[in-house]
Amino acid sequence: MLDWLISLWSDPNTRWILMGCTLLGLGSGVIGSFTFLRRESLLGDTLAHAALPGVCVAFMLHEVKSAGLFLAGALLAGVAAVFCVSAISRWSKIKPDAAMGIVLTFFFGIGTVMLTHIQHSGSGSQSGLDKYLFGQAAAMVTSDVYTLMGVSVLLIAAAMLLFKEFKLISFDPGFARGIGLPVALLEHGLLILTTVAVAAGIQAVGVVLVAALLITPAAAARYWTDRLPAMLAFAGVFGALSGASGAAISTLGEGIPTGPVTVLAATLLFAVSLLLAPRRGLLSRALRRRGLRAEYARSAVQRSGALEAAEGGERR
Amino acid sequence: MNMQAKQAPPLAVSGITVAYQRKAVVEDVSFTLPEGKLVALIGPNGAGKSTLLKAVLGLVPSVAGEVSIYGDSYKKMRDRVGYVPQRESVDWDFPTDALDVVMMGRYGRLGWIKRPGRREKELAMTTLDKVGMAEFARRQISQLSGGQQQRVFLARALAQEADLYFMDEPFAGVDAATEKAIIALLGELKRAGKTVLVVHHDLSTVEEYFDHVLLLNKKLIAEGPVETTFTPERLHETYGGKLAIVSADGRETVVRQ
Repeated sequence: MLDWLISLWSDPNTRWILMGCTLLGLGSGVIGSFTFLRRESLLGDTLAHAALPGVCVAFMLHEVKSAGLFLAGALLAGVAAVFCVSAISRWSKIKPDAAMGIVLTFFFGIGTVMLTHIQHSGSGSQSGLDKYLFGQAAAMVTSDVYTLMGVSVLLIAAAMLLFKEFKLISFDPGFARGIGLPVALLEHGLLILTTVAVAAGIQAVGVVLVAALLITPAAAARYWTDRLPAMLAFAGVFGALSGASGAAISTLGEGIPTGPVTVLAATLLFAVSLLLAPRRGLLSRALRRRGLRAEYARSAVQRSGALEAAEGGERR
Repeated sequence: MNMQAKQAPPLAVSGITVAYQRKAVVEDVSFTLPEGKLVALIGPNGAGKSTLLKAVLGLVPSVAGEVSIYGDSYKKMRDRVGYVPQRESVDWDFPTDALDVVMMGRYGRLGWIKRPGRREKELAMTTLDKVGMAEFARRQISQLSGGQQQRVFLARALAQEADLYFMDEPFAGVDAATEKAIIALLGELKRAGKTVLVVHHDLSTVEEYFDHVLLLNKKLIAEGPVETTFTPERLHETYGGKLAIVSADGRETVVRQ
């Protein structure tokens, strides 16, 4: 085990990938906390699935695999998807969750058709685009890692600088508008940051699963604290741990996709939080309930004892 | 000119109309609030009370009408306005405590990026104390009772240090202690010369708590001092046949059926 960890660190290539995935998890966890608190979890999934056609179009136009280009493609596609969702829910009576379901699958459908087309064309078979479905961190090159670093710094800096504004529009958007915050602008800003996190994550985690990196660490973090700054920190650490384990384990064998392993690690952290977190965790709650019950039973015995004594006194 | 600005009423609304998908919810409402009064906005369910309030604050778009606050646009006078939304409008499981929520009342004046500091914290503690919630400052907001949550919202509005307050159903579903705290607070605001517009649903307390009343049922039915406007005839006009006038211990009270 230790040997394995040392070997991970001594191989410069793996070290880069490990760092990239850790940073990605960190940034996604922090910005995903706001997505989670605003109850827009499905939105992350929509953005991620919508990214696939964006990446494919970027590849078809330039016939090269470049992280920057793919990021741009994924961003544009994400914006288009969000636009479709708000158009549908504005002009029809369809609720946003259904609109997201429609848009998400539609974009993913187009993306899959494009992907198949690229795979069967001459240059496409070596493109490695199929790796974008479930992610392959091993395919990352140094420039990809730099991109991930930049993205993480951007996400964390934005979350810190605009912390109070993002908090207010997440907790009480009506009040925020009342005091003159440009709520729509801030919401769009947050949306763009989420899209950036998703777009940056698809190479390592894949379009199908990247949303988990936004939501699962945040959901786990919520169990450990009642304070937002601490929650962001927990979510960042959980995301980083998930990303790191995903990258590390996928180096064990050829063809172990990074995304699923990362998501499994995040889910494991969530399960542990759900069960064992102090105060909010299931175990802690069950113990507290038992304690209360025992206490009540004790006091009930005392009360009935006192009652009997009083009745006995009366009779005498 | 300057004199005029000083004398401008806290709130003047003219011809405001709000429609959701072509159906008018609030129709052609005009009124002017007198300075330093406690004003109740009452009317049956679905009469558009909250909608009118939100339209005045620009939280829902109005299709027509003008709003002037102290003689100017809401945008310019924003710092003089405090707002207490309905308690149900937010998720109380949000990871924050009572003190932090109250400090949000200062965000409008803090400006971008700047974090609340010691001054904001002290002010927030003072306002929490005013609503009897000082000992709950560090309590997670989901651990508070409904009435306590309402008082946190009131404290947040107080922290805005405004001159004109809008409160959306502050008395809805609160305990007796909170009701008392709110009444005491309203009295204090009045003594300080502030103007308060309250969406209210309990007709039996209108005479006791308020000076001025707006009767709304999509259109403004009547407006004026409680003594002259809060009459059985006007109420029948507002609520239709759904009202009964009950005499309790010699005093005439109006109850909704």
